This record gives sequence, structure tokens and C-alpha cells, in this order.
Amino acid sequence: MDNRDSQEIRIGFYICHCGSNIAAMVDCPAVAKAIGKLAGVVLTRDYKYMCSDPGQELIRKDIAEFKLNRVVVASCSPLLHEKTFRGAVEAGGLNPFYFHMVNIREHDAWVHTDKAEATEKACALSRAAIRRVAKHKALEVKRVSVHPDVLVVGGGIAGIHAAMTIANAGRKVYLVEREPSIGGHMAKFDKTFPTLDCAACILTPKMSEAGSHPNITLMTYSEVAKMDGYVGNYTVTIKRKPRYIKEDVCTGCQECIANCVYKEPKFRDEFNEGLGKRKPVYIPFPQATPQVVAIDSRTCLNFKGGVLTDMCKKSCVAACGEKQAIDFTQQEILQEVKVGAIIIATGFQPFDAARIPQYGYGRYPNVYTALEIERLVNASGPTSGHVIMRDGTEPKSIGIIHCVGSRDQKTNRWCSKVCCMYSLKLAHLLKEHTGAEIYNFYIDMRTPGKGYEEFYDKLLEEGVHFIRGRVGEVTDWAASPEEEGKLVVRVEDTLAGYVRRIPFDMVVLATGLEPKSDAQDVRRLFNMSCGSEGFFLERHPKLAPVSTFSDGIYIAGCCQGPRDIPDTVAQAGAAAAEVLVLVDKGYIEQEPNTAFILDEECCGCKSCIPLCPYTAITFDATRKKAVINEALCKGCGTCVAACPSGSIVQNLFEDDEIFSEIEGVLAHD
Amino acid sequence: MTTYSYFPGCSLKGSGRAYEESLLPVLRALDVELEELDDWNCCGATAYMAVDEVRACVIASRNLALAEKLSHKELLAPCNACYLVLNKTQHYMKESPSVQGAIQKALKAGGLTCKGTQPVRHPLDVIVNTIGLDAIRKRVRRPLTGLKVAPYYGCQIVRPYATFDDQYNPTTMDRLLEALGCTVVPFPLKTRCCGGSLTGTLPEPGLHCSYLILKEALRRQADVIATVCPLCQFNLDSYHDKIAGKWGAVRIPTVYMTQLMGLAFNMNERELGLYRGFIPMKPLPASKPAE
Repeated sequence: MDNRDSQEIRIGFYICHCGSNIAAMVDCPAVAKAIGKLAGVVLTRDYKYMCSDPGQELIRKDIAEFKLNRVVVASCSPLLHEKTFRGAVEAGGLNPFYFHMVNIREHDAWVHTDKAEATEKACALSRAAIRRVAKHKALEVKRVSVHPDVLVVGGGIAGIHAAMTIANAGRKVYLVEREPSIGGHMAKFDKTFPTLDCAACILTPKMSEAGSHPNITLMTYSEVAKMDGYVGNYTVTIKRKPRYIKEDVCTGCQECIANCVYKEPKFRDEFNEGLGKRKPVYIPFPQATPQVVAIDSRTCLNFKGGVLTDMCKKSCVAACGEKQAIDFTQQEILQEVKVGAIIIATGFQPFDAARIPQYGYGRYPNVYTALEIERLVNASGPTSGHVIMRDGTEPKSIGIIHCVGSRDQKTNRWCSKVCCMYSLKLAHLLKEHTGAEIYNFYIDMRTPGKGYEEFYDKLLEEGVHFIRGRVGEVTDWAASPEEEGKLVVRVEDTLAGYVRRIPFDMVVLATGLEPKSDAQDVRRLFNMSCGSEGFFLERHPKLAPVSTFSDGIYIAGCCQGPRDIPDTVAQAGAAAAEVLVLVDKGYIEQEPNTAFILDEECCGCKSCIPLCPYTAITFDATRKKAVINEALCKGCGTCVAACPSGSIVQNLFEDDEIFSEIEGVLAHD
Repeated sequence: MTTYSYFPGCSLKGSGRAYEESLLPVLRALDVELEELDDWNCCGATAYMAVDEVRACVIASRNLALAEKLSHKELLAPCNACYLVLNKTQHYMKESPSVQGAIQKALKAGGLTCKGTQPVRHPLDVIVNTIGLDAIRKRVRRPLTGLKVAPYYGCQIVRPYATFDDQYNPTTMDRLLEALGCTVVPFPLKTRCCGGSLTGTLPEPGLHCSYLILKEALRRQADVIATVCPLCQFNLDSYHDKIAGKWGAVRIPTVYMTQLMGLAFNMNERELGLYRGFIPMKPLPASKPAE
């Protein structure tokens, strides 16, 4: 094939029906006929599915048979099939950039209701492409090497599983976790549904394996502060918060905790959802990884200043002895790492139940959230697994309210997906622990999943009650003697068809899952997008569920949307596989739509340099010319537009390509 | 000195006159003056809304138009029903071109126009959120220490428009009462229906609503119920004999928040309209034996 730019132009034009997606609104044969009359077009075809193998084969054969040297396909979005058709053109022996794609589906057929007008628009867009493609030049795809190390942000089950998978494949992983220990929400759960496996028993071996894996660098109590670079070559700055303990020296003996001047734990224990207390020097939970204590500067007397600091006897330092692991002089450290790909697994936050005041959380002490119950039934929880309420009694009747902060127009509209199942699990565990009468109040029971519906059946047999209806309120207003001193759930029983009042000792709110409060900051940090509800947006909901719109950055777990543990682990594995594809290949191909300097015309004014968002432009002081680093250039075109002497040109967006395209839209031939 | 336009509504000139008698001096003591609309008319209340929404809005809008003619920035509507109907009319004007058209046509016939954008505010909102609790605390001369009050908001002040407080668990009046020195009892029925106009049309279910509220206030050992709505006050105060005959006696006084403010400001009990209730609020805090 002739791949020289200057030769007689012979264009092949293909218009795709996309089944009826395009054909229902655009008269495809008519468009083909109109385009066939244009200068340079030697062949037009309309075809049902251009992306199919026979469709691509058509292009390949036609290039040989009709000596085509330019190809235009009018079909769907280039995001979907530009790569496909470039491949077909290349297979036919042409440079793949002698091809142009016209989007007449998303930009035309799907957004119009008048067939004549939509057909005219398809003609105009295709005319533009015909004129443009004639100016296309042969371009070369460049390769950029990929740094083999990987960063995983978030040390919950998603982050742990992704990091382990990549590390086991022989790649180095930095696992960054904000809290003093990895483990995330799963570490707080008692059992997992529907198998009732002990959550800690299945999680903690993975935690300690991750903690001691030779390929994993664990960075707990740390946060990502900054990300620079591009796919394959990221430089990430990690903020390491001072835990006032030398991590490499501390053995986790906990002598310091035993000898703290606070003889009794006094401060809110975050791991136990505030149901228990901890000291200023603490280990979050027995299986914490790393097994290293942390000193909380907000509560430790030593950091209070003045008399209070004097009251701190630094007994922890004495208890630590010769190891000298405690270091009150530690400062926040910024550490830079270089990685080729990043997995974001920052998880979710539970809905704040106090946002629905009619359910009384925070007002009535015996109203609990589901996560609090997880700790309350857990053998290593604040009550050693005995279900003792805040008033010191054991409940004989418990109401579990579903969809608290889910499927609610006033708070969060989405279904949180896990609450029906975890409510069933908690009902089972609470019944097992207390023998109480248990009621579930649900809108719809949603139990799809392996063994999930069977678990629901089992609960029905266990004598747990199910009432269909969204609860109106939880009140301590007693309307009868048997309601005295109880929490009364008022609900419309929509199956029985009347409003009920049911008194309980304890009420459990099945709070939903929502994006973390700082999800927007994380989104900006990693140049990702969020959906309307605030979860990170995947590149494609069906076909690229762990990719993002930033190449080289992947998402896994509940930061992308509510999901249960099996789905999270599957997704983390998928993200790890995507990352391994990238780093094992070792290079990425770069779209050649980069800008370059016409040296003879550049006057060295430096206007372009500060404008480049990717810092791809530098100044060559000896030649007094601007220089663009092709590897860093993303093809945004800012410098092209800004150059006062018109000496910056961008591949695939050269002036005569764009002007020809505009003429094509406006022409009436 | 701030001046608000003032739409008293029918109750404050009739059955709820104690509300006006206490509201005016209390606001004056806080440097707020009211200018009553000239020639105001019925707000339409809930009754007319149920019969013909458009005409009900037209009636209400005449009052809004009169208020816009005055130079004051905001309109004060102390009765919960008036407050809701005036706000609802403004919402309808904004959202429904046909209601807007009907209103402008009717008002034009009377030589008026109405933009429908002037804030319509309830005294509870103005007192707590504009005047502020600090100013209230400064004005308190005789703290109502030891007086146990059940705060009762009624339904219309937070529903459907929760403009200044939570729809399910409002706390603005709780904070005001605490600033006066009262002990506020937790009152889960604070926005439950008082019976509304049912007490006049279908007495049995209507009175039962009032009965539940009164009974719960007693169960919570409140000395008095504080309210911000003349219909609530009327229902909770006026039918004690009938209620006692049907379900048992639940005698507890119901007063306006402005009356309690007046007491805390050491104003004259008679001038505050405190003797107008069927169930008198006695003994008064000062003569209450210390607990």
C-alpha cells in the first residue's frame, strides 16, 4: 500500500446501521449515496454492524481491491470502536491514522426525533470527515516505558486483596492506609453472611501476610498528599503522620499501654464505634497490622502543654526501656514513591443515623447502628460479646429497621445493597446471643447472591419476624402500659394494611453506605470523576468496571459503589489483573495526537511554558526554543492555541485538518 | 429598632388574642415594632385550600400584596395556619404559571400587584434566629427556673416547608425556653396533630388527638405546654370537660411561648393575657415552692 501523504486521494466511506440504533433515525443508504458524490470518494457502503468481523473484513478487502488510501466510518463513539477500525485499516496495509471516525449514534441518532433532520446532520458530519481525512498524515505510535511498582490506596479488604495479588505476581506494592492498622470495616465485623464465617478468622491471616510480604511496603497512618506524572510513570507524595513510635523498633509488647498515667481507658475507642474506651497510647485491636502501638497526640497529656504536660510522667517511655521505641519528637514526613499504576480502594462511610432524627439515634440510648451491633456481638468487642445495652440491661425484644439512609429521597436515593443481608445476619446473631424476639422492618427484601435467599429462608424458620413497611418513627411515647419504658416503633404494615405500634427494648438501624466525606478531595488528587451520588466513576459500567477515565488509575471496592465482601474481593482481583497487564507489558502506546514545535518559527517567547497543565514544555536556552516532551504531552492543544507565532502544531489537529472539517460541515455539495 | 409588617390573622383578634397581647409587648421589649396591614383579610386557612386551591391562593395573595406596599422587608405571621398558607401561596406562585396568572388577574381588579417574594416569617424564627438567644437572655429579669415545659410546635410550622428547623424534631422553641430558664421536658409529640378543625366537625377523633398530647405532657411531668399556634392553644385548652368525660381528666395549662417570655421579662400577667385560658397557669413561677 502507498503510505505517502502526497498521492491521489482515494477514500472509502462506510456507514453503520448499528442494528436499528442508527438506522431507525438516519437513512443510511441515502447518506452513503450523498457522500458517494464527493470528490475523492471512490467507494461507499452501508452495513448493519461495521464493528463485526465481516464488517472489518470489508474494510480490509476494499483497501486492496479499490486501492483505498483513506477510510471514514460513520458509526458510534470513537471511545468504543476507533481502536477497532484503526486496527482494520492497519490490517489492510494502511497507516492507521489515514482513518477518521464520525459519531452519528450518540451525536445524532440517539439525540434526535426527526429522521429527515438527523439524516441531514449525518451527511454534514460525514462530509466534514471526508474533507478532513484527505489531509490526514501517516503517524507513528510511540511507546513509553511503565514503572513496575504499584501503589494501592486504602487498606481495607479491597486494598489488601489487590496488594497481595500484585505482590504474589512478583511486583512491588506500596499499600497506604490512613488509620494506624489495615483491616478497614471488615475487621470490625463479627461474622460474614451467609456462611457465618468469623470475619476476623478469614481477614486477619491476610492482614498479617500483607504486613510481612517481602514485596509489600506497608505505610499505615499515612495519606497520599500529591500525585504527579502520567500513566506508567507516577510520582506520588505520601504524608506519613507521626505515630510517635519507631515502627521498626516497637515489638507490640504493649508495656507502654499498661504503664500509661491514665490507669483506666478514657477516650473514645474508634474501632469499637465509641462503645468502649482506649488510652492515648493504644493498639486499635488485638490483630492490628502492623503490631505497633500509636500515640494519639489529641489525647496524650505530653502534647497538651503547660501543667498538663508536666502531669505526664512519660511512664510509657520508662516502660519501653532499652528499646526506646517511643519518640515524642517525630514530625510529619513527606515521602515520594515512583509507581506505574495506582489502585484506589478507599472504601465507604456508614450513613450518619442522626440525620434521620425521627429514628431517635443519639436521643434514645438504646437505639444502635448496625456497626455498633457488630462490635457488641463480637467476642473481642467492648462487652466481650455479651449484648448489654447502654442502660446495662439485656434486650428481650429487638427491632431492626432497614434502609436507614438508603432508598430515601431525603437522604440517599440508592440501595446500599448489603443491608438486607447484614440485617438478617445480625438478627440471627442477636437471637443466638440473647434469645430475644426480633422484628425486621423492610421495604423490600433484596437477597440476590449465592446462598443469600436460602439464608433468608433459614431466618424465617428461626422465628424472626418480618414486617413490610418503612418505619415512621421510633418514640418513647407510651400509648399503653406495655409500652412504658420501651422504644415504640410506629410503622405501616403494608401487607396487613394497618398502622402498628410495636414496643422494643432495643432498636437497630441498618445504616446504608455512602461515599467517604473526602471523596471529592481524593477524586481531584487522582484526577478521577464521581457519579452523581459521589462514588468514584468507572470508565464503563459494564465493560470497564475497575478502570477510571485516568489511564493507569483503577478502583476497587465500596469507593466505587456499595457492594459486599465477595464482590469487593472479586473487583480487587480484577483491578490487580488490569494493573499487572499494564506493568508486565512494560510499555504503553501513546496516541500520537501530541503537539510539536516548528523550530524555525519559534521565537522563544516562552508564552506556552506556564500554560501547559502537564509541564511538558521546557526551554532550550542554547537554541532559545521551546521543547515539548512527547511523553508528557496529553494533546490538550492549549499551547497550540496560545502560541503567538503559530509555531506549535498538533498531530491530528493541524490547522488545515480542522478548517477542512469546518468547510465540510458548512458545504452544500 | 426593626419594624416588620404584621399579619395577625383572625385568631389573634379573637380566640387567640392572648397571643397578640403577649407578642406585641415582648417584641417591643426586644426593639422590634410591628406595623399591622391595613384592611387585611382572611388567610384562607386549611379550610378553603381543601375546597379550591387557586381561589384560596388568590385570597391569601391579597395580604401578601398589601404587605409588599409597605416599606418593611419582611412580613410576620404568628399563626401557624396563616404562616403556612402565605408561604404555600408564594410557592404556588413560583411553581405554577396558572396560579400566578389567576392571582395577578384577581389582584389587578382590585388595583393591586404581588411579586410573592417577600419573606413571610414566624415569630419563633425571628425571635430565635434574628433577634437571637443572647438578646433574650439579657432581657430576662425573672428566670423561669424550675418550670417544666412541654414544647409543642404543632404540625404546620415545619410541614411541608421546614424553612428554619427540622421537620421531625424541631428544637428552636426548646432552645428559647431554656434561655428563659425553663426545664424543657423531652416531648416526642411536639409536632403531632392537635386535632385541628376536626374538634369542630368530627369531635371524637379530633378531641382524642388533643387528649393524647395533654396526657403525654402530664406523663412527662410538665407544668405547662408551650405553643406557637392559636388553634393548637385553643384545642388543648378549651375542651377539658369533654375530654375528661370521654377518656379521663388531663388538666394542664397551655400557653403561648410569648406569654412565657413576658413572664421571664417580668411583665404583668394580666396584660400578657395569662388569665384568658380555661386552665389557668398557676401557681406562677415566682410563687412556686422551691423543689
